[in-house]
Amino acid sequence: MGKIASSSNKGGSGIMGWVNDRLPVTQFYKDHLSEYYAPKNFNFWYFFGSLALLVLVNQILTGIWLTMHYKPDAAQAFGMVEYIMRDVPWGWLIRYLHTTGASAFFIVIYFHMFRGLLYGSYKKPRELVWLIGMVIYLALMAEAFMGYVLPWGNMSYWGAKVITQLFGAVPFVGDSLVEWVRGDYLISDATLNRFFALHVVALPLVIVALVVVHIAALHAVGSNNPEGVDIKKHKDENGKPLDGIPFHPYYTVKDIFGVGVFLLIFLFIVFVKPDMGGLFLEHDNYVPANPAVTPEHIKPVWYFTPFYAMLRAVPDMQMGALIMLLAIVVLFFLPWLDRSPVKSIRYRRWPYKLMLGLFAVAFVILGWLGMQGATELYKLMAQVLTAYYFFYFIWLFIYSRNEKYHEVPERIEDH
Amino acid sequence: MTDNVNKSRRTLLLSTGAVGVVGAGFAAVPFLKSWLPSERAKAAGGPVKVDISKVESGQMLNVLWRGQPVFLVNRTDKQTAVLESLNDRLKDPNSESSVQPGYIDNIYRARKQNFLVVVGICTHLGCSPKYYPDLVPQQFDSEWKGGFFCPCHSSRFDISGRVFAGSPASRNLDIPPYTYLDDNTIEIGNDGEQA
Amino acid sequence: MKKNILILLGLLSTSWVMASGGGSYMGEKAHTNIRSVDSLRNGAKTFMNYCMGCHSMNFQRYNRVAEDLGLTEDEMMESLVLTNAKFSDKMEIAMTPDQGNKWFGKAPPDLTVIAKARGVDWLYNFLINFYVDPTTPTGWNNLTFENASMPHILWELQGIRTAEFEVHQDEKGNEHKEFKSFETVQAGLMSEQEYKDTVRDLVNFLDYSAEPAKLIRMSYAPWVLIFLAVFTLLAYLLKVNYFRDVH
Repeated sequence: MGKIASSSNKGGSGIMGWVNDRLPVTQFYKDHLSEYYAPKNFNFWYFFGSLALLVLVNQILTGIWLTMHYKPDAAQAFGMVEYIMRDVPWGWLIRYLHTTGASAFFIVIYFHMFRGLLYGSYKKPRELVWLIGMVIYLALMAEAFMGYVLPWGNMSYWGAKVITQLFGAVPFVGDSLVEWVRGDYLISDATLNRFFALHVVALPLVIVALVVVHIAALHAVGSNNPEGVDIKKHKDENGKPLDGIPFHPYYTVKDIFGVGVFLLIFLFIVFVKPDMGGLFLEHDNYVPANPAVTPEHIKPVWYFTPFYAMLRAVPDMQMGALIMLLAIVVLFFLPWLDRSPVKSIRYRRWPYKLMLGLFAVAFVILGWLGMQGATELYKLMAQVLTAYYFFYFIWLFIYSRNEKYHEVPERIEDH
Repeated sequence: MTDNVNKSRRTLLLSTGAVGVVGAGFAAVPFLKSWLPSERAKAAGGPVKVDISKVESGQMLNVLWRGQPVFLVNRTDKQTAVLESLNDRLKDPNSESSVQPGYIDNIYRARKQNFLVVVGICTHLGCSPKYYPDLVPQQFDSEWKGGFFCPCHSSRFDISGRVFAGSPASRNLDIPPYTYLDDNTIEIGNDGEQA
Repeated sequence: MKKNILILLGLLSTSWVMASGGGSYMGEKAHTNIRSVDSLRNGAKTFMNYCMGCHSMNFQRYNRVAEDLGLTEDEMMESLVLTNAKFSDKMEIAMTPDQGNKWFGKAPPDLTVIAKARGVDWLYNFLINFYVDPTTPTGWNNLTFENASMPHILWELQGIRTAEFEVHQDEKGNEHKEFKSFETVQAGLMSEQEYKDTVRDLVNFLDYSAEPAKLIRMSYAPWVLIFLAVFTLLAYLLKVNYFRDVH
């Protein structure tokens, strides 16, 4: 062994050397942490990537622990949650970490995505990073939806019913598709069981794998930054970017601070206000699933409500489902819809700033509308805002072709 | 980088790290503790009341406590009379290394001399021994004076649950905590007030 | 497929209609205090004496209630447990849901987490706003929950009241009932204030039962947050220290 190891003495000496000759652990550590150069000017928007990773770990850990005490049985599921909340030592904390984590995941992801919009992180050469991120977002929505069904409250039940009913909008095979998804003529034990399997095994595997690819794709091209400047253009004699700093220790230390702030807010909610006034845990879900009685307000959890508002805004169900789907699909095309060569909003002019600002506001108001019982006025508002949501992308495609912008500096300047 | 920065950096690294490790320790507690028996398990494993008025002399009653068999034997005088004489043949005649409550320490191993309450699980590998009450020679012991015999690996116990020398089991049968609520009722899993 | 679409549209539109309906009277706030042990004990007593005839609390155990309310096993079993349940049993009742459906048309719901579903204010108003109404099957009606299938179980305490309504016609000719006042027909065993306090304690107990862990988590909250604040401060100083290198 010694001979072979010393003859190809790449990995260093000692135990690490032995390992490195077989599996380049040290090189991996250098590539992704100690010698991964990130722009030196990350601001607070750049916390959300590492926070998303933290929440993912939280969901997986608490999720594994919850499965130890839960049974996906329609006759028992509602009681299992109360069993966890009362009879299992510390079960209440593990469950609240998981439920609050679900909402936190979407908060963090929405900030993370908006950061991408602000600084043009989806643009060349990071189109794949954006696309993989969008697939993660989709997988996350499926994961969250199926997880929401598991407590088997009345909102779980009817939410599952409405969402699976959407498959009925598929032409020709709709009805059979709905039955296939449910495994029954109604939402039942069979549905609960398959959703459980998908929620705790299949989708987490997919999400974790996609996150790995997402980060690999990012590290292959390097991180964007608030200036939208490519730091790889200017390197020193050793090939290190002049405006870059090693991710470790600088950004690990900074992200730990971000984690602290995040946990302060997160654990405040977990310990003081886990229901979040019915926003994170809905009142109607404390009523056991009842196929005979519909809750007064059927509404999804807050993170789906922007799309739900779009669905309701369209008076035709097939069109509504299509619009809802398109609202997500259009985001996939963002890297090609935005044709401006400038990445960061800092160097784009007021029309873009205004339109993007309105886009964000429209999305938030749609989310609010999706939680309200719809009056005629609300319905009209939802229609206008849905129209704006799509108009924004069309406008962007046309406007960005010959967009006027401020001159982008070559390097990141000291502030 | 000056030495000063270096020094304060090391202090901060150590203190942040230390607080972080303590925090991680706290965070681990709920996860570890959630593996302890739940309230449901505790309720199911709670004390069991047994009416012993119908257990005739020489008979044995088998009840479940925490999912394991507990033998309640109404021993005859004949059965208990031989206990002293067996001491030479036993591994631990005075039950010094047995698992049993403090109020059980004599050779009768019971709160009331004639009535034995014992966990019916062989201390060898967890099989449940069989009750052989009669003082007649058996295939497995030509000098049998009544007791328990484990069919799995031939461990032999006397009528007080004490293990015979030459058995694979090394410890006497365990005695659960129990108390008499009245003359005819025993509660297993409860030490009672005398404890 | 058409059928499915109709169902879905139906589901979506019910939420619109319901929302515009409304009409549940919420005159007062409950002002419960989950930290008041006396109130919780009093509420537990009322619950077990009056509610547990029909309503179960299937996920709550007697021993947990005793522990959280500072009662010994004997105190609990003698003064509060009216069935022949064991101390570690769940607070179940003899009536099955099927029997309930048969006898009452709709089984009285389990009340373990009712406070989470309805909120304490709603429960409080529901329990103080019963009145006599000969047109309903039970002979009782309720301002907060119109045509509730539950009769006024606490009438002995509150007394018997009728309600006066004023009927308005709007410009379309539809009639609207507006509540004016209650009229006492027969006085109850309690004064109005005593009755409201009893209901407040009962609702407080329901709030506690909906989440016994609330008492624990609220007591941990400050320590967790103080600890995290210290950690975050240290992490901030560390970050500042490192970023002195970056120019």
